[in-house]
Amino acid sequence: MLVILCPNCGPRNSDEFTYQGELRSRPDVNATDPAEWRRYLYMRSNEAGWVSERWFHVSGCRRYLLIERNNVSNEIRDVEVVGGEQA
Amino acid sequence: MVPEDIYGRASMAKPTTKYSAWNLFRQGMSHTPWTRVWDHHELKSSYDVVIIGGGVHGLATAYYLARNHGITDVAIVEKSYIGSGGSGRNTAIVRSNYLTSEGSRFYDRSVKLYEGLADDVNFNVMFEQRGHMTLAHSDASLRTMRWRAEVNKLEGIDSSVISPEAIKELAPYLDVTDHPRYPILGALWHPPGGIIRHDAVVWGYARAANAMGAHIHQETEVTGIDVADGRVTAVQTSRGPIATETVINCTAGWASLVAAMAGVTLPITTRPLQAAVTEPVKAFLHPVIVSGSLHTYVSQTSRGELVFGASVDPFASYSTRGSLEFTTGLATHVLELMPAIANMRMLRQWAGLCDMTPDFGPIIGPTPVEGFYVDVGWGTYGFKAGPVAGESVADMIANGRPGELIETFGLDRFESGTLTAEKGAAAVGH
Repeated sequence: MLVILCPNCGPRNSDEFTYQGELRSRPDVNATDPAEWRRYLYMRSNEAGWVSERWFHVSGCRRYLLIERNNVSNEIRDVEVVGGEQA
Repeated sequence: MVPEDIYGRASMAKPTTKYSAWNLFRQGMSHTPWTRVWDHHELKSSYDVVIIGGGVHGLATAYYLARNHGITDVAIVEKSYIGSGGSGRNTAIVRSNYLTSEGSRFYDRSVKLYEGLADDVNFNVMFEQRGHMTLAHSDASLRTMRWRAEVNKLEGIDSSVISPEAIKELAPYLDVTDHPRYPILGALWHPPGGIIRHDAVVWGYARAANAMGAHIHQETEVTGIDVADGRVTAVQTSRGPIATETVINCTAGWASLVAAMAGVTLPITTRPLQAAVTEPVKAFLHPVIVSGSLHTYVSQTSRGELVFGASVDPFASYSTRGSLEFTTGLATHVLELMPAIANMRMLRQWAGLCDMTPDFGPIIGPTPVEGFYVDVGWGTYGFKAGPVAGESVADMIANGRPGELIETFGLDRFESGTLTAEKGAAAVGH
């Protein structure tokens, strides 16, 4: 069981959230080419250890969160609302 | 000098004894120990081929390299013991009723190889073709099953859609009434599917590969891959470097990390998949039962335990710890299917790591680094593909290019955008 300390809602079971994947930088859609765009779509660094990822609190405040999680131990050290503002 | 194994025991350099009724009798009367199933070898400073990962894929590759192509200067490096990863953690289901022609053809070859494997490697792998039944709980899934059955028939695979009455006859303990929340409307029936003893498959391939000259190095972790001028030159391990021109990444769970050592990025996300087993009871469930809507599959082992599996966990992780959500969800879903087993006790649960790809197809083929090949991205369907993947990878190494069966599974498909469409045939919803 993974408990996520949502800055808006407090500690909640990870069942309330949807996992959106590792944080990636999106290429500029006006300057990119198909190969670069597909790399952005499909390729993942998939590192083991501390990673930054995006989650969505779908059954709570419905805000996107930036979470720093150790994906080997499932420990979480930082949760921020994307954009920094709180509801 | 007699080499010693990792526990300091001297390895017996006798040829492998054939497993037969006569030898069982003779060995029993002679009171001498059996020869070791595979030998311990010193790590040589160079090999023609280095296979990373001592699971069914790596060992099968070594076996077919030796048997079909005479390539025997091969090292299999495994960071733990052989079969300790996905090969020992799967639910041992074998089937070939996939959605696409290329998927069906590929897995059908695997079923054929599994059918002959016990004779082939002289090891009892206990393959029981009891039939594989995928339940449909909605009109939409019934339609997909008709589609799958037709694709399968075109490839010559025994696969058809059956009615609830026929289901009841094959598996009397299933609730086929309209009482459950997700009533059973029909099923995709695949008689050649079944279950196999997964550890025996690993040991059988290991024994046969070893007998033909491949070196199995357990407790040997790969720590780096040397690349010079775009070519693989060596593999660094916890027991020293190995010079080689051909490296095959046959890992699951750590595929991205091993590929990153050679500077190759893969389209993979690693997710745990949990499974569980109950106490053993008398035989009452013959076929393998799968329900996509209920995210579960169940079979009864020859020992009598029910083995359950689920879909992958809802988030990426390299952790193999079980979760309470899995157990409660599994129990709820399984009781929808078979209310009669409500009082059975669960013995244990475990998790294995699944390398999920964007199109739910594997990645087999060369990479931008010359001499560095991958056989990865096996998601939740790697064990059943072990023999055909080993045979195809061995063929690719010997001939220098991927064969017909695997040409659609190359890494370059993610660059060109020609993805496979296998998602609809994954056993349970992802």
